[in-house]
Amino acid sequence: MPRAQLTALQVLVAVIAVGAWYVLTTYPIFGKVWLPPFFFSNPVDVAAQIVAWFATGVIWKHLWVTLLESVLAFVIGSIGGVLVGFWFARQPRTAAVFDPYVKMANALPRVVLAPIFTLWLGLGIWSKVALGVTLVFFIVFFNVYQGVKEVSQTVLANARMLGMSERQLMRHVYWPSALSWMFSSLHTSVGFAVVGAVVGEYLGSAAGLGYLIQQAEGIFDVAGVFAGMFVLAGFVIVIDIFVTLIERRLLVWRPPAETRT
Amino acid sequence: MRSLVQDRDRTATASAVSLAGVDVAFRLAGASTFTAVRDTSLAVADGEFVAIVGPTGCGKSTLLNIAAGLIAPAAGTVDIFGVGLGGLNRQAGYLFQADALFPWKTALENVAIGLETAGTPAREARQRAGDWLSSVGLGAFGDRYPHMLSGGQRKRVGLAQVLIRDPKILLMDEPFGPLDAQTRQIMGNLLLDLWSADRKAVLFVTHDLEEAIALSDRVVIMSAGPAARIIGDWRVALARPRDISEVKLDPAFHALHRDIWHVLKAEVIKGYTQAEGA
Repeated sequence: MPRAQLTALQVLVAVIAVGAWYVLTTYPIFGKVWLPPFFFSNPVDVAAQIVAWFATGVIWKHLWVTLLESVLAFVIGSIGGVLVGFWFARQPRTAAVFDPYVKMANALPRVVLAPIFTLWLGLGIWSKVALGVTLVFFIVFFNVYQGVKEVSQTVLANARMLGMSERQLMRHVYWPSALSWMFSSLHTSVGFAVVGAVVGEYLGSAAGLGYLIQQAEGIFDVAGVFAGMFVLAGFVIVIDIFVTLIERRLLVWRPPAETRT
Repeated sequence: MRSLVQDRDRTATASAVSLAGVDVAFRLAGASTFTAVRDTSLAVADGEFVAIVGPTGCGKSTLLNIAAGLIAPAAGTVDIFGVGLGGLNRQAGYLFQADALFPWKTALENVAIGLETAGTPAREARQRAGDWLSSVGLGAFGDRYPHMLSGGQRKRVGLAQVLIRDPKILLMDEPFGPLDAQTRQIMGNLLLDLWSADRKAVLFVTHDLEEAIALSDRVVIMSAGPAARIIGDWRVALARPRDISEVKLDPAFHALHRDIWHVLKAEVIKGYTQAEGA
């Protein structure tokens, strides 16, 4: 499909969805407004709210807080995941000992940790960062662990025959392999960092997009809730574009995945 | 006194690779073991090009891994230039059958890494890697990643990666196996060209008898596994330098091929029946 046509169709989906939303919340059909504005607001009010946030500049502070929390969660979670992933992959005995606990911790719905983190770390950004870290850590950890374990045996034998010491193997073989696995999950882990930040804010905070949504919900300001959701969606898309750019730069050596358009 | 002199003489003329009474066994599930190679002795003189031919799954590659020090024999001894081998064979370069290039390094980096591990400064290593890429005909491809190269080009990079370290012994495990017939011929000629420059000892494993005769000084035939052993050893008296496509037209080539194939055929059939039965 040509690029222009694709874009046109993508825009069309948005137009139809928003149009339907507007019509169903504004005009009675068969004598009835099918989506009561009290529960569904309408696109005009939501747009007005978004414009107002940006015009007054209120939103920047919240965006900044959410961004900061997400970035911190991502960075700390990734560093932890890489270190522990490497450690476990190179020390099978340690991995075996910790295995049930890792599985247990990973199976736990992380949201239940939010109250604990709030208790420990207060209402500031660190309780949100902690929640994000618990989400990011496991994704990165599992990928790095896999990446180190699944280094091609031939490549490894070749590296040995080329005279690599244990340290050089780390640097030239294990590390790039683990990183490639980590970056292949970059979108997921960045997404989870944002989820951790927003959910944390929603459950108790003084700033951030989650806080904004929670505040609006508290006073039945549905337009505010939707506006918060749209800003959040835009925020995630922008971050995702950045991640894609970084990924392209770092994984140039990878064969392109077979895609058909 | 005399014996001492003799000993020194023997060391000076010791084989590049010498396997004596080598057994290779793998542990299977449970307590049983699988003997891949039994009581095999083989010597490769310095500067000699020896090809090992045998049916699929006969343990040819295993023998190569023994000479490389990647696996240890269950019995027997391995001497490299008269010295017992413990651990990796530091004097050998190994060209693998499967892709063994580092996918995250460019062609140039892949070739340079062999020098960098030995402590050569990065600049010098890169420069020499560039020269080596040129001599395998890939001078303009230095910044390509392996996935951007064809199978034949990857083999060329692999060859440069191994040769840049100037190993005294070259171990090759069906290096041109996955390539098409024309590319194999070209690669074979390239290998002979590079080899004739400094005549390393070569141990070349292949299942292709024609390739073996065309390239080597000696062809060694292995029996079908398990417990494979060497069942034949022929000297190839064809003149060098050779061109692979031309040498195959030589009557002496045909005569030798017929002799060896006579022995090999039975083993190939045995190998296939076993593989089918398994």
